[in-house]
Amino acid sequence: MNLHEIQAADQVGFPILTVLILLPALTAIVLTLIEDERRARQTAVAAAGAELILAVSMAGIFTPGVSDIQFAERIAWIETAGVGYHVGVDGISVLFVPLTALVTLTIVLFSWTSVTFRPASYLAALLALESLTIGIFVSLDLVLFFLFWELILVPSYFLLRLWGIGPERQSASVTYVMYMLTGSAPLLLGIVMLGVNHHSAAGAYSFDFLDLTTVPVPRAMQTLIFGLLAFGFAVKAPLFPFHTWVPAVLMQGPIGVGMFLMGLKVGVYGFIRFVLPLVPDAVMEWSWLMSGLGVTAILYGGFIALVQVNLRRLLAFAAVSHAGLAMMGVFTLGVQGIQGSLLLMFNLGIVSTGLLLLTGLLHARTGSSELSAFGGIASQAPLLATFFFIIGLAAIGLPGTSGFPGEFLILLGAFGVHWALAGAGVAGVVLSAAYFLSYYEGAFLGPAPRHGRYIPDLRRHEIAIAAGLTLLIFWIGLFPGPFLHITSGSVLALVQRLN
Amino acid sequence: MPIESIQPLLAFLASLAGAALIVAFRDRPNLREACSLAASVLQFVAVLSMLPAVLAGQTLHHTLFSFLPQVAIAFRVDALGLLFAATASSLWILTTIYSIGYMRALGEQRQTRFYAFMALALSATMGLAFAANLVTFYIFYEALTFITYALVTHHATDEAAAAGRKYLAYHLGTSIAFMLPAIIWTYTISGTFAFQPDGVLSIATAGTTTLTIIYLLFLGGIGKAAIIPFHAWLPTAMVAPVPVSALLHAVAVVNAGVFCAFRVILNVFGEDLMRDLHLGTPTVAIASVTILLASFYAFRLDNLKALLAYSTIAQLSYMIMGAGLLHPRGMTGGVMHLAVHSFSKITLFFCVGSIYLALRKTKISEMHGVGPRLPWTMAAFLIGALSIVGLPPTAGFLTKWYLATGALDSGQLPVFFVLLVSTLLSAVYYLRIVATAFFVAPEPHGEEHREEDRPSVEKLLESAEEAAEDASAGADSVRARRLGALTLVPAVVTAAIVLALGIFPGLLLRLVAQVFR
Repeated sequence: MNLHEIQAADQVGFPILTVLILLPALTAIVLTLIEDERRARQTAVAAAGAELILAVSMAGIFTPGVSDIQFAERIAWIETAGVGYHVGVDGISVLFVPLTALVTLTIVLFSWTSVTFRPASYLAALLALESLTIGIFVSLDLVLFFLFWELILVPSYFLLRLWGIGPERQSASVTYVMYMLTGSAPLLLGIVMLGVNHHSAAGAYSFDFLDLTTVPVPRAMQTLIFGLLAFGFAVKAPLFPFHTWVPAVLMQGPIGVGMFLMGLKVGVYGFIRFVLPLVPDAVMEWSWLMSGLGVTAILYGGFIALVQVNLRRLLAFAAVSHAGLAMMGVFTLGVQGIQGSLLLMFNLGIVSTGLLLLTGLLHARTGSSELSAFGGIASQAPLLATFFFIIGLAAIGLPGTSGFPGEFLILLGAFGVHWALAGAGVAGVVLSAAYFLSYYEGAFLGPAPRHGRYIPDLRRHEIAIAAGLTLLIFWIGLFPGPFLHITSGSVLALVQRLN
Repeated sequence: MPIESIQPLLAFLASLAGAALIVAFRDRPNLREACSLAASVLQFVAVLSMLPAVLAGQTLHHTLFSFLPQVAIAFRVDALGLLFAATASSLWILTTIYSIGYMRALGEQRQTRFYAFMALALSATMGLAFAANLVTFYIFYEALTFITYALVTHHATDEAAAAGRKYLAYHLGTSIAFMLPAIIWTYTISGTFAFQPDGVLSIATAGTTTLTIIYLLFLGGIGKAAIIPFHAWLPTAMVAPVPVSALLHAVAVVNAGVFCAFRVILNVFGEDLMRDLHLGTPTVAIASVTILLASFYAFRLDNLKALLAYSTIAQLSYMIMGAGLLHPRGMTGGVMHLAVHSFSKITLFFCVGSIYLALRKTKISEMHGVGPRLPWTMAAFLIGALSIVGLPPTAGFLTKWYLATGALDSGQLPVFFVLLVSTLLSAVYYLRIVATAFFVAPEPHGEEHREEDRPSVEKLLESAEEAAEDASAGADSVRARRLGALTLVPAVVTAAIVLALGIFPGLLLRLVAQVFR
């Protein structure tokens, strides 16, 4: 895999990725200085909006269908240790940048009415989270990547602890951080081992992704590094059986953070970005294990979701199930499976955000996300119910919605590996239809609770957000071609490297 | 010979544009229904315009856009697709006219929603009929499920919600669990999603067991064909208004199911492979069981709509049985029956709706005296019933004849007996209705007469008054008459078509002959 690089200076004339990282970070700092709440909210919306426009433009300028790294920037940093500031995007990462910006903007808009406790600090933490997450997606130096990966814990911790909506948010925030630290220690060790191997093979330390792909890793060492990296990414993915932080975060944390952590699958991204190309032999050897864990997650998450009465818990286990499907797609190690996974993750970003947004709006209206508090919502708030239904169909992956092309490609890829994998995938889709539609029926149709509850329908700005997400769902669902084309070149190069 | 043409796209878009206009004119009922009617006529014209080319043995193609690598959303019009599309679009015109009468007379709620989803269902039907490959096919199949779900739950009652849940569970469950894997498996083996005139699978590409499993997955995946044990959604879905039932039973949904089965048998497996794998026998067996069980069950029903539902389940399996005979005459009968059953069954539904509208009767045991009171309606009903039973001079006789001779010629004597038994059963339960309506005198006690005994126009007048309180009293009487006519005319027209197809089957036979070219 000889990846060429196109410098940002040649493509757009300015370091666009650095700007994308810095814009939210600097806005976050500015926000801590603004005292007026309204002004702070406006600033955050403006920054998140500008970030989205810039990110979408970047994806628009991106040359699709090639495997080149684009918008690349390199700045020497700690040269003796082989660490540099090296960023760039290719087909695997490019879609996640606008997705991050979209999710952030949605959360910022949603927080306008839902967050009243120190909104400026909340927004600052959120934008910091955005900056770091974009950093994760564009880093091509593993130390830089790890830096972003770890720093993300700081805003996440405070967001969970200070703005959580559950009574046990304190312990949830600690749980989350402990889980992530447990995952990141082996991840760091794996990264160091890759750098050391580069030293022994090429005579100098390097943590640069492109350098690391040029030196072979000994067979025995590959297995070890694979184990370390896979553990680190699996915790974040969240891959069964390392998923138990997910319900805690969704139940206790603020809904906005739930959108962020569920919608942006950095763990699965880590597998595609680093694990597959850097330790390909170990990946080939252990793909059965990862697929197996994926299948287990699909079925386990689906069955557990089926019996949930709390909507947020249901969405947590749905996320576990979906992450399993994405993992299964990645470890088919074929073009269809990996492309399907990338598209599925993009879809999940939109869908998790949409469903959690509407869950949040329901929570604001009823003070609960328990099934017992719902019932008959469709007759009182038809728009809310309709949007929830459409976005839910995309979560199931029905044809015409953004969930279908990704799932279909994963199933195609999985079938090429073994029919049982595809069978499990299909079972997952059936389960997701079952848990979503049965919950929908109980919560949205049927009779309303006796005591005179009234749920107002969506307000105008809420309609705008939900409609935007819905349009995106249909756009990708009906015309997935361009999205697949963007990812095709890099995925093809990756698969060729694996073989 | 393939020809590039936008005609299939036009047929698809006609109803889509219709749906948009229906919503746009939601506050002006007359204009709204005019749009619905115009769209249906346009669609029918677009479909008919493809007939000459298809009769000449050509297929029309139109590729919309690339969906996934190597898969496009594409249309391909052949004789089978055109037969389905022509049946659906012609009946949409009549159903629209009928709906105007029926929905207004009953003062139904949410009529815009009804007409809009009806139009959308027709677009999905066109997409399904003209689908050039399995992906396009699957997309429209699921689209049809959701669109018709909205229609089944038209009355927002608990009963409707329960029916809707069952409807979704059966259609979604079977299609995702069985059809989707079958599609993916087919692609993995054959490397293509596209339908081919002689099928895409062959015995050289995969083992007998694999192919048989794929076939059974397909057959189980087509919940819309209502093969036992995947039939229970159909009787439950009867809670919807009569025009919706007509749409389910004659225009779109169950036809879509049978059409899918034909597509799989003819264009995925192909006749030769079906024969090599001996798949005809299990197909015929499953269909026979469905026919017999549904016929026996229908025999003891008193509710008219429920009876029609079970009759539909049996009739659908006639078509599938015909295809499974793998004999030219049998298969011709099966494919023809798709159109013939539609026209016959919709006649019956129109009549049942009219009887309810005029006399509020829903049970066979209440039918006495209906004949003399609604002579035209009952005459149309009789023709529809004769056709379903399979008696001359109706079109139903023709298809039964083909099926029976196909069964005999291919030496499948048990099939012949299945046909015989079910024909006798259906003759008894249908002709019992007609006999009760015409020859049993109304019982003379008062309670029975209080509501039902009024002349139909008076009853309609009352309904119409409820529907349009602002209109003046004089205009109401005229309006009620018109509404009554709007429900009667479609029934008479479809009955006439059933007769015409029975007496002059030439065009239909020519089209069906192209299916097996």
